Amino acid sequence: MLDRIYDLYNEMERKQVMLSFTGDLSAELITALLGLVERKLLGFEEDVRVRKRVFNVVMECLQNLYHHNGGERAAEGASGDPHGVVMIARVEDGYSVLTGNFMAGRDVDDLKAHLDHINSLPPQELRKAYQARLSDGRYTQQGGGGLGIMEIARKSGNKLEYGFVPCDRDNAFFSLNVNVTN
Amino acid sequence: MEALVIEGTNKTPSIHFDATTGRLEMRGRSIPENSIDFYKPLILWIDGYARSPKPRTVLHVQLEYFNTSSSKCILDLFKKLESIRTLGHDVLVNWHYEEDDEDMLEAGEDYQAIINIPFKMIQIQEAGQ
Repeated sequence: MLDRIYDLYNEMERKQVMLSFTGDLSAELITALLGLVERKLLGFEEDVRVRKRVFNVVMECLQNLYHHNGGERAAEGASGDPHGVVMIARVEDGYSVLTGNFMAGRDVDDLKAHLDHINSLPPQELRKAYQARLSDGRYTQQGGGGLGIMEIARKSGNKLEYGFVPCDRDNAFFSLNVNVTN
Repeated sequence: MEALVIEGTNKTPSIHFDATTGRLEMRGRSIPENSIDFYKPLILWIDGYARSPKPRTVLHVQLEYFNTSSSKCILDLFKKLESIRTLGHDVLVNWHYEEDDEDMLEAGEDYQAIINIPFKMIQIQEAGQ
């Protein structure tokens, strides 16, 4: 067992994992994780713009996890807080922000269509789509009005990588990888 | 009318809205999970202020970060100011952004594109000033 801790350490160092967490995500925990990410970024990322982009992406991804956890599987945690996984790693040309959560299987098609649409837009079109959504006067319960994934895509500057794994008849696991490049 | 003063936290901005001078300030970061709760009193205050606004109202926005949950609420603040302007009063938004933070400049331009208020983009030389 103790050897495996050393292996785990080496593995995480090799993959340059900045942060890895799985479990129930409360608002307080999100604040703590963001504080940790911010401090770590200050330590080794000199480019202010990259630093802010990574922070923004992590923030939106965590808040997406917090708000959009759905499906019965999401409510399995004892605390009632949303359940998910997040990992932030340094990669060759920037950072990778991975998140995953359970969602209702019936919502998969809509989310996939939304992601595909955003991925199909060149940067200027994405900016226009963001402005249109911002000004349309509609809110979601959280106040964002469906801007989160657009903002993540804008800050990333790369195509969003995603996947859905069906869990059972009613639930799926959604995973998202956002690359922020230097 | 009493000034609206709210201390900043690591998730919400500091607010100083002064009805006697027409100077409204919002500084820090706006990244709460639920922004509607935070912005509601701000919107209400501006509704009250709009009944007898100063000839000139200036909103200073100096945000380090804001999330998409806040972005529509911030737009609502601007819309309230836009209606004050429609009544013939002078309204200006001073949008501050840190040097090298082109994304924050862009965010200001996004609002400028959809709101009918003059924006002044102001570059801050150093973080936290």
